[in-house]
Amino acid sequence: MSLKTFSHVAARSVANVFAPSVTNVVLRGGVGARRMSFALAALLLLSVAPIASAQQASSTMGQQFMSGTPGTYAIRNARIVTVSGADIENGTVVVRDGKINAVGTNVAVPAGAIEIDARGLSVYPGMIDLGTSMGLVEIPQGANPTVDVAEVGDMNPNAQAFYGINPHSAHVAVTRVNGVTSVLSSPSGGIISGQAAFINLLGSSPQEMSVERTAALVVNYPRAAGGGGFGGFFQQAQANPAEAATARDRQVEQLRKLLRDAEAYGRAMDAANSDRTVPRPDADVVLASLVPYVRGERPVVFRADRESEIRAIVRFSEELKLKPIILGGNDASKIAAFLKEKNVPVILGGLFDLPSREDDFYDVLYESAAKLQQAGVRFALSTGDQGAEVRDLPYRAGMAAAFGLSRADALKSVTLYPAQIMGVGDRLGSIEVGKIANLVITDGDLLEARTHIRHLFINGRQVPLNSRHTELYDQFKNRK
Amino acid sequence: MRKLITLFVSLAVLAPAWGVGSAARAQQSQRPREGAARGASNAAATETLIRNATVLTITRGTLANTDILIRNGKIAGVGQNLKASDRARVIDATGKYVMPGIVDAHSHSMSDAINEGTLSVTSMVRIRDMLNPTAPNLYRELAGGVTTLNVLHGSANTIGGQNTVVKIKYGRPVAEFIFPGAPPGIKFALGENVKRASSTVLPGQTRRYPATRMGQEEVLRDAFTRARNYKRAWDEHRAAVARNEKNLIAPRRDLQLEPLVEILEGKRFVHAHCYRADEIIMLLNLADEFGFKIRTLQHVLEGYKVAKEIAAHGAGASSFADSWGYKIEAYDAIPYNAAVMTRAGIIVSINSDSDERARRLNIDAAKMMKYGDLTEDEALRLITINPAIQLGIQERVGSIEVGKDADLAIWTAHPFSVYSRVETTFIDGDIFFDRQQDLARRPELQREREELLKAEVNRPPTEGGAQPGAPRRRPANHHDDDDVDNGEGDNHR
Repeated sequence: MSLKTFSHVAARSVANVFAPSVTNVVLRGGVGARRMSFALAALLLLSVAPIASAQQASSTMGQQFMSGTPGTYAIRNARIVTVSGADIENGTVVVRDGKINAVGTNVAVPAGAIEIDARGLSVYPGMIDLGTSMGLVEIPQGANPTVDVAEVGDMNPNAQAFYGINPHSAHVAVTRVNGVTSVLSSPSGGIISGQAAFINLLGSSPQEMSVERTAALVVNYPRAAGGGGFGGFFQQAQANPAEAATARDRQVEQLRKLLRDAEAYGRAMDAANSDRTVPRPDADVVLASLVPYVRGERPVVFRADRESEIRAIVRFSEELKLKPIILGGNDASKIAAFLKEKNVPVILGGLFDLPSREDDFYDVLYESAAKLQQAGVRFALSTGDQGAEVRDLPYRAGMAAAFGLSRADALKSVTLYPAQIMGVGDRLGSIEVGKIANLVITDGDLLEARTHIRHLFINGRQVPLNSRHTELYDQFKNRK
Repeated sequence: MRKLITLFVSLAVLAPAWGVGSAARAQQSQRPREGAARGASNAAATETLIRNATVLTITRGTLANTDILIRNGKIAGVGQNLKASDRARVIDATGKYVMPGIVDAHSHSMSDAINEGTLSVTSMVRIRDMLNPTAPNLYRELAGGVTTLNVLHGSANTIGGQNTVVKIKYGRPVAEFIFPGAPPGIKFALGENVKRASSTVLPGQTRRYPATRMGQEEVLRDAFTRARNYKRAWDEHRAAVARNEKNLIAPRRDLQLEPLVEILEGKRFVHAHCYRADEIIMLLNLADEFGFKIRTLQHVLEGYKVAKEIAAHGAGASSFADSWGYKIEAYDAIPYNAAVMTRAGIIVSINSDSDERARRLNIDAAKMMKYGDLTEDEALRLITINPAIQLGIQERVGSIEVGKDADLAIWTAHPFSVYSRVETTFIDGDIFFDRQQDLARRPELQREREELLKAEVNRPPTEGGAQPGAPRRRPANHHDDDDVDNGEGDNHR
């Protein structure tokens, strides 16, 4: 591997991940560096100054790496799995100005288009995971400076994931080269964790990545066992059931009050805007951030797994006229008819969880997707993972298909369904003219673990299939 | 939820075993009473013929339209048009796949304790002493085609406790789980877990030595130096006995050093938890210096950086498929690790270290065809014969060959397909998981559950039931560095 690649890795680690503990990383890098280049290793080990030069050396590659190559593309002779319609054999997809410009068997290739011969390959829409904290956490354990997922305090509706997402996180490229091209990235702390961002996994800034900057409010609905996202070992051990229930009810009441205040705030602002004689309330960032959610204009993602909690969330949302989405939903299949009746969608995050009860049937979570589908509940599959394992999203869909979900629905559950649940089904989730060109070109079934991804497009840009992992692989695979 | 704990425990212990037990009852007429009384799944069938399957033998390629004859717990025939006696259970596996039972070289299933982490050298403690054969996750692993586990001590200390290799004979007494003749082993550990990097030190509490990788090397060096002295003392004593010297006093027996002497004598396998390239090299060099072998490097996430050194020592490597980044020492983990190490000539396996993940090791192995382009045969070996070799049980399990134990699973499709599912899992020719039996049993279990819910002990307080006591739940899912069970999900390694 080249000096450039190494310095790129090192620079990224140092600059973006480990800024507060430079020594640690420099020493780590030293293992590879000795074989790489004595000069570089010496520079890295001897002073902090080389960090800047390492960054400069990597900037050209880094830029191309992160940005992809925009242009007009014609992907030809491919099997096109549109997801929204029938598969197209021997078809062409034209990508232009970031969008899908044409799809079909009889498509004119625009002059100047870069042609990709996809004979024997399949084109799929990029996959979407709505249960992540992508870019907010680099290393969850033992590296607190790299964790930006949970704010201090219980009510942080104005904490926006958008401002914490590190576009240069190693997780971003690792995830997209496995075909997951968009995610909802959510904060996780307190009761109201903050607002999630819906992003494409390409860009040098959150602005470039963003599809919906404030896509959803994220709430840990208070639980009797510890609740509010801070339920840990100690709280559980101490909780007296009656006291825990009282504490939960108090937290729910706090949540209710804040949301009602936001609604009142919104009405007061409207009144002041339409009538100059009405006094204008003082601006309040917390309440202002909640207004679109209490008006049902944007969804509220509630993290909950248990049946009783999900029921409570649905009732609470009805009362406050929220637009709820359940994230987690391990028990959702048990109340599928109820969720169907209330038209509440579910992001299933626990397909690979162990069943929570000792007497649960072994496949209770494997088959939960099929049960929701049969009941007509809108759902999507998710890894529920902060970042590192989001790339394994397709295998969850595959497992759901092994346990009763149709293969077509399994594919939709990681493409079109999540797009629709987030209200971006008109822009993402299938291969249709006018949609954002997030395309994955494979040598086989997208959901199969053996399948290789051959080409990748995000936002109409062709993205190199590189990641921190391919770089380290290239660095060491031929070491003698 | 907690008020139902009693119910759950009672149901859970029995439920899955009953699922397969129905076969035992169905065949009681042909079988002496004690077979059923043991809770055996279907000990009645001493002969089984699996017909017309695609057989992934592992060591002899993939065979289409092939029969497997199982007799007295062993594979008695692999071929076409095999004949069985009239009493044989015959399974038509047309369109299905058979592969050997998966061997998970790193598990903490059925462990009621993981870490004796109070000392840095706990070679005297034994996993075998606290195995729980009723852990429900065992059944869930069987449903993923897993039949053999290397149950390891945790990674809290440099030299941990002695491991046990088991077959997942769920529903049987614990003694029947122990893999007959499996060589004894022990857990070593290096890096962050041993440093206790993520543990909170309470005020006034003394930190346990070592707190650095320097100290870890020193703990090993000190322990093996003491073990050498101890071995010499015993060697001299035995020599004196052999010379018929009189009035000898034997050295005082040391339970901590005995297993280390066994390591020096090549009688006990070392399974060493490690991550970073530097600590891997440290351990291999130290073992070379003291004249023993590391049998497997566990996790070994940076093994790809030092593959030639690992190959030169002759250690095996047992890694995750694609887990990475969960802590600093896992930040350089890459899913190409298994491929790089395989190409270097190392015997590599893919393990779970997780009751959850063990259920889908077939998919983890399949990924290795993508990451680094292993062939299908190479990838299949990662969860079958390779871990069997690493555990020294390759003569018994890990491939489908005449004479080997009949530990295998029937899959609905190629086990590397995400759309595949296990239909039946055999160990020693007996069925320990069968999906159709499991499904057939469910209505009855549901009815029983509803009956139990009506019992006084399970009534909610609002309906006059007693206030629930503190929950008594068995640990759901263990991992290397768990000191305290919080009953929560997957947070492994």
